[in-house]
Amino acid sequence: MNTQIRTVVVEREIAHPPEKLWRALTQPHLIAEWLMRNDFAPVIGHKFTLSGDWGSVECDVLAVEPGKTLTYTWNHPHADPAFDLRSVVSFTLTPTGSGTLLRMEQSGFRPEQKQAFGGARHGWEQNFTNLERVLAELE
Amino acid sequence: MTEPHDILFRTLADPTRRALFERLCREGEKTVGALTAKAGVSQPVVSKHLGLLKQAGLVRDRHEGRQTHYSAQLSALAPLVDWTGQMTRFWESRFDDLENLLRRMDQ
Repeated sequence: MNTQIRTVVVEREIAHPPEKLWRALTQPHLIAEWLMRNDFAPVIGHKFTLSGDWGSVECDVLAVEPGKTLTYTWNHPHADPAFDLRSVVSFTLTPTGSGTLLRMEQSGFRPEQKQAFGGARHGWEQNFTNLERVLAELE
Repeated sequence: MTEPHDILFRTLADPTRRALFERLCREGEKTVGALTAKAGVSQPVVSKHLGLLKQAGLVRDRHEGRQTHYSAQLSALAPLVDWTGQMTRFWESRFDDLENLLRRMDQ
């Protein structure tokens, strides 16, 4: 059996300085606006929960380097090993001439694992739709 | 690349086989006899379907005395789910909202 651990990488050029982006990544009321409800604190060892309508993700802060790096675990415990996700999410901010290169790396997926959020696919999509509506109303 | 998918789809396309597999998923390990009792078909037919499920890697058998016990192998379904693609789309969508938020924040 293939035992290789898989990684998801998403990168984006953001037209805002790292300091501002850092606030959006680390202040709970701002995290709630783009990711999920949470009790985050930028303190190594701090345990927090990201909550969506479909369920929640258990997190543990692993690394904090203000304005540069933020790493936390992204665990979604499940009795069935095929659904049980133990992963690590790492955000890296690199200043560019016009803003910041934001890199998100999520690693820990096992190849035999089904998508880790079970039947929650619909839940995610619903979540995005709700969020987009909220954001549209704020603008 | 499509071959493992083909086998899984072909195997699960049959309603009797799918019902057997779903039952093993829901109720855990079962003997051929226990499966036959509710399958609505004869034991040789159940055995034939279980053999095909086993070939596709969807069930595993375990012999104990004269009985054969079957259990579902959920991990066999993994090739059907493109979860890395889903997570990539999840983060892309989050980043859209993040940029949206940054535009609304001062400084």
